[in-house]
Amino acid sequence: MTTIARFRSFCCALAFLLSVASFCLPGADRAQAQDLSGPLGQIATDNYGNTEAALGELALSGSPAAAGIVSALADGNLVFSPSTRQVFIRNAAGALLDPVTLQPVADAPAVKPVRVNNRIRRAIEAANGALSLVSPDAAKRLDAAQAVGRSRDEAALPALETALAKETDPRVKTAMTLARASIVIAKEGITPAERIAAVELVGAEGNQDALAILRSVPDSAAPEVKQAAADAIAGIERNLAIWGAAQNVWYGVSLGSVLLLAAIGLAITFGVMGVINMAHGEMVMLGAYTTFVVQELIRTYNPALFDASLLIAIPVAFLFTGLIGVLIERTVIRFLYGRALETLLATWGISLIIQQAIRTAFGPTNREVGAPSWMSGTFDLGHLAITYGRLWIVIFAFLVFVALLGVLRLTRIGLEMRAVTQNRRMAASMGIRTNWVDAMTFGLGSGIAGIAGVALSQIDNVSPNLGQSYIIDSFLVVVFGGVGNLWGTLVGAMSLGIANKLLEPYAGAVLGKIALLVIVILFIQKRPRGLFALKGRAIES
Amino acid sequence: MSTTETLEPAPVDAIAKKDLTEALLYLDGVTVTFDGFRALNALSFTVDPGEMRAIIGPNGAGKTTMMDCITGKTRPDRGDVFFAGGTVDLTKLDETQICTLGIGRKFQKPTVFESHTVLDNLRLALKGQRSALPNIFRKETAEQRDRIDEIFETIKLTEHRGRLGGALSHGQKQWLEIGMLLAQDPKLLLVDEPVAGMTDAETAQTAELLREINANGHSVVVVEHDMTFVRDLGVRVMCLHEGSVLAEGTLDQVSANERVIEVYLGR
Amino acid sequence: MSTLDTRPPALLGTSGQIFLAITLGVAVLVPALNLLLPPDSPFYIPTYVVSLLGKYLTYALLALSVDLIWGYVGILSLGHGAFFALGGYAMGMYLMRQIGTRGVYGDPVLPDFMVFLNWKELPWFWWGFDMFPYAALMVLFAPGVLALVFGWFAFRSRVTGVYLSIITQAMTFALLLAFFRNDMGFGGNNGLTDFKDILGFNIQSDGTRATLFALSALALAGGYVLCRFLVRSHFGKVLVAIRDAETRVRFTGYRAENYKLVAFVVSAMLAGIAGALYVPQVGIINPSEFSPANSIEIIVWVAVGGRGTLVGAALGAVLVNYAKTYFTSGLLAPYWLFMLGGLFVAVTLFLPKGIVGTFYEWREKRRPPPDEAAPPLAEPRPAE
Repeated sequence: MTTIARFRSFCCALAFLLSVASFCLPGADRAQAQDLSGPLGQIATDNYGNTEAALGELALSGSPAAAGIVSALADGNLVFSPSTRQVFIRNAAGALLDPVTLQPVADAPAVKPVRVNNRIRRAIEAANGALSLVSPDAAKRLDAAQAVGRSRDEAALPALETALAKETDPRVKTAMTLARASIVIAKEGITPAERIAAVELVGAEGNQDALAILRSVPDSAAPEVKQAAADAIAGIERNLAIWGAAQNVWYGVSLGSVLLLAAIGLAITFGVMGVINMAHGEMVMLGAYTTFVVQELIRTYNPALFDASLLIAIPVAFLFTGLIGVLIERTVIRFLYGRALETLLATWGISLIIQQAIRTAFGPTNREVGAPSWMSGTFDLGHLAITYGRLWIVIFAFLVFVALLGVLRLTRIGLEMRAVTQNRRMAASMGIRTNWVDAMTFGLGSGIAGIAGVALSQIDNVSPNLGQSYIIDSFLVVVFGGVGNLWGTLVGAMSLGIANKLLEPYAGAVLGKIALLVIVILFIQKRPRGLFALKGRAIES
Repeated sequence: MSTTETLEPAPVDAIAKKDLTEALLYLDGVTVTFDGFRALNALSFTVDPGEMRAIIGPNGAGKTTMMDCITGKTRPDRGDVFFAGGTVDLTKLDETQICTLGIGRKFQKPTVFESHTVLDNLRLALKGQRSALPNIFRKETAEQRDRIDEIFETIKLTEHRGRLGGALSHGQKQWLEIGMLLAQDPKLLLVDEPVAGMTDAETAQTAELLREINANGHSVVVVEHDMTFVRDLGVRVMCLHEGSVLAEGTLDQVSANERVIEVYLGR
Repeated sequence: MSTLDTRPPALLGTSGQIFLAITLGVAVLVPALNLLLPPDSPFYIPTYVVSLLGKYLTYALLALSVDLIWGYVGILSLGHGAFFALGGYAMGMYLMRQIGTRGVYGDPVLPDFMVFLNWKELPWFWWGFDMFPYAALMVLFAPGVLALVFGWFAFRSRVTGVYLSIITQAMTFALLLAFFRNDMGFGGNNGLTDFKDILGFNIQSDGTRATLFALSALALAGGYVLCRFLVRSHFGKVLVAIRDAETRVRFTGYRAENYKLVAFVVSAMLAGIAGALYVPQVGIINPSEFSPANSIEIIVWVAVGGRGTLVGAALGAVLVNYAKTYFTSGLLAPYWLFMLGGLFVAVTLFLPKGIVGTFYEWREKRRPPPDEAAPPLAEPRPAE
């Protein structure tokens, strides 16, 4: 962001400077301005106006020495001899060097530095920009070309064309061509053919900037130019709409993975045990607080481990909340099996107690959980902006999902859980200790809520109310997806997440949310047992 | 799936058409699948007005699913279910409408209203106003009271009328449920395993009761495993297997059938 | 054959008579002690206490409405606070219109918050609320219509048990979000407040407060009689039958969804009346009344008192709210949520029938031939 802003300001300055330069030197042959005696002579007068003009000339000279001269001026190391009107660069050792050859000067005269004021500093900045276009470093040239393209100042055109003529690097050349096209599009006195070529060039870029550039085609332009521009705009808008939708889908996937994390533990306890755990959100909240405590301990005792704090918090949170879950199951829930609505009330009571306990221990305000370095930052994928934090949460959610699927499919306890889900009495009569399975299931569900809390600590406020904000959504996901089927939870979470984010641009966040609630309420009317419901005679009774 | 596709609905021939207009209940080519399991497989049969029919068959033969199809609890994937001489298509109606037409059902697991008294159970079942709002102001007529007393005599629960439904024994619940069916005064009674959990004496009494009900002009379809009971009924028997009719006739004919012996009765 | 058991149960049993006597008694006594005694008398009841007690009574009526559908039909609504709040908003809108030019901005028609939002005219749904009869009608209609629409969808497609509970919760949550929005036109998160008078009487005056209290007591008594009348009718027997064996009810020829719908709408309207009486006594209505937590709290009142007993629901509401007032106003305030949470757990584990239900059970055991109809909930069963 800030680099772009800096480029903008420098481009303005550059444009100003170049216009001054072209005014001062209407007939200068820029391509061959290797001889720097002219500008150096001006600098040696130590007059602000002359120095500024000289900077303009240096910028357009394309001379390899120009950059050194400008930077020496910026650092206060450009000196001149008032008597001989010669200009030197003073190096770090204090020796005087010839500004073009950079050879030490044999008999150094008395010198004083060329004076610099704010006006000159701006000019220096601009000259640096123009010089970057001819810098030996291709990356710098590329940056400069893009900056010029964004500034779209006609005054920069001569420097750009000079640089373009000399450019050999294909990538930089493309960027310069595009920058030139961006400027040419709005320029007066351009042939329609040339303008159309520019329109096509810019149109191929296909981003928001290109759109702005294309819209600047002057009204005076030929009809066929305007038509070409309109076509290009329509194409870009279509393209951008697709990318915009893709971006929303990504946000939706990101929200969906959060919902998946929050809901998947609930799906297990509800699916296997028929228990509506209203304290599930509080398990998520406990997981987030565990992360906070782990980070605090790491900060205190071993700050070097900070980047690994989340990885450490995951098993800790799993065990801690899993243990709390087993405790709740053994002390309360096991007395309430078969009484779903009573369980709902009792677990709500437990949720109030846990919330208040955390409020008493940690205070009612938000706690700060830091992000490790590998979770911060953004990258672009096409026109998508993706933050690492969100990406990791999506990956994490899917890993948890796959791991859970594995536990249910491949382990003994998973087999027993599935048996209990399908027919509790049959499972019991086959020697499965349903008590133990229930305790383990509740522990597993709560433990997963805990690791969901670790992930949520990265994107939400860690406060005693954290769980409350997810519980209703999680229920909707489970109910929408259908009970007793993890795939249903996955599909439910993703569809609710994506639908939410696709609705948001049209309805706004709150109305979108309301619309979604209404949609789910209506959906449940249509399929009272959710998307992936088990069918058959046994289910009804 | 593919087997379902290749299955042709049974052709409606002349005899079937005659049956349709004369039959009280008419099932033709009824197929129901649950997640690939075919509970009913092109099941066809008819029940005449005033007829009593016993249905036997091993577990999973589709007996209960058949009742679900008739009473609107399950929609058949294909096939016709008609009532009252083909005038009513039962597959288009829901449970309540079918009940109102005059088809009463007793469930396999006796279901009475457990926190109501036996008397209130009968009051609720008694033929009459079914809409919500008028029932707020409903008063019991002398006629209704007499009818309930009659039913109590029939099902021999008079002295239990003040007890809660949930407090009855298993056999008493079965009888109460039959009493509730009677109170509805249906044209057709579907009775699912009425003597499960009863003593021999009770079983014999139940057979007597059902015969009496049938003699009073009600058609009855009974599903039962108890062969003694079926023999006591002395009616046409139909054996179901894997969702279709395996054999039909008198009990002696059916129990002599090789296939029936093989899949159900055993040697 | 005895004639005893063919006689319909009395409209009011012993506990019902006691309940009505107490309710009607306080309807007279509390206002009298407030208005007739000098403030220094030891029996004087200060006006703020009158309003507080009035608030409890409206909660009791709300609990009654929840008990009608939870105790007798097995519908656990986790969104009943929404109906209460809608009734409250209908009353609040009338009270806002009564402020007239006495608001901060002095606009004769627009309430202050609309002037503040730069609205130029009254939205259509505020029309008519300057007339009390219209507002009173809306107190019944707004919750009634919502319940009708919601229930029609839900019951027709046979959503039951916890699924139904969860979508009722989603319903009130959606309304919570909606009413928080300023552009909904209901005052956003500040809600409606700064009321001046009701039917021309100053809302702050002792007389008005005492009258509102008496009205709340009368509404509670009336609500109780209505619920009693419903549950002992043939209609009410069908409701209990639905609670215990919904499938059987359908196979007996009753449209279970219609019965549920009627009960749900009546219950919502009772909750609306409770809300309408609540608002002038506490002086404010805001979206937090829609919060799912509030609705769940109503359930614990009913559970504490005894589900399916009506009297118990009212008793539970008063007891729990008295405890709440007591604990949240002193040193114990930080522990109130522990208390409330513990109450949820303890009642479900140790007192599943609630206070009154347990009492009935005990009395039943002591006196085998009961002289009134057995309480409808002889054996509480989960609604699933």
